[in-house]
Amino acid sequence: MLNIHYFASIRERLNKETEEIEFSQSVSTVDELITHLQNIDSATEAAFSSAGKILVAVNQTVVNRDHVLTDNDEIAFFPPMTGG
Amino acid sequence: MISVQNEDFDPGEEYSKLREDAVDAGGIVSFTGLVREFYDSNSSEDEKVQSLFLEHYPGMTEKCLEQICDDARQRWPLLSVRVIHRVGELAPGDQIVFVGTASAHRQAAFDAARFIMDYLKSKAPFWKKQKSGDSSEWVASRDSDETALEEWQD
Repeated sequence: MLNIHYFASIRERLNKETEEIEFSQSVSTVDELITHLQNIDSATEAAFSSAGKILVAVNQTVVNRDHVLTDNDEIAFFPPMTGG
Repeated sequence: MISVQNEDFDPGEEYSKLREDAVDAGGIVSFTGLVREFYDSNSSEDEKVQSLFLEHYPGMTEKCLEQICDDARQRWPLLSVRVIHRVGELAPGDQIVFVGTASAHRQAAFDAARFIMDYLKSKAPFWKKQKSGDSSEWVASRDSDETALEEWQD
């Protein structure tokens, strides 16, 4: 299983905080996972394509889109951070 | 030491703790960030901030703040470091962030405090949502915050 978390504007656009996706060879990188999520329904597709810059963290570390996923990874999608 | 909390903090108390912790310190720098009433100087009266909501990524936030403090300790000889970041609902004028650094010499304490603030603004998973008038919107990240980090690249 891949445990997915959404934060801030992306969480609001998708109207969900978390979801689980079955891990498989077809979602072996972050890029492939995004494509997979976008193919689920048009709302998700729209949320990803209209959200502007989206950052990705795997197991709580920001990674690039070509990052290779493994089963039980915790993946998070969020907009650029605005702390301080 | 780092804390991510909803509660307010007392900068005076934090300063005292830094002083106790860093017995040989020659200087302590402390920075307190506050919620602004107007997000920027061009805002009009109806854009007055009513409240600010701070969302974060529990777990990753603490990890990132620890990492930023470790990086600061690698670069400067710090005797003590303290970071507090508040989350949840805040109002204009509220304290939002505290950074305190103690070192034998002032330059290290000043630089490290600035470094920690610059990094936590765009490298720790916090997101601000601002409510003004009838609308609320997510605060956009600023290019100037990313530019600030370039100064620290080796």
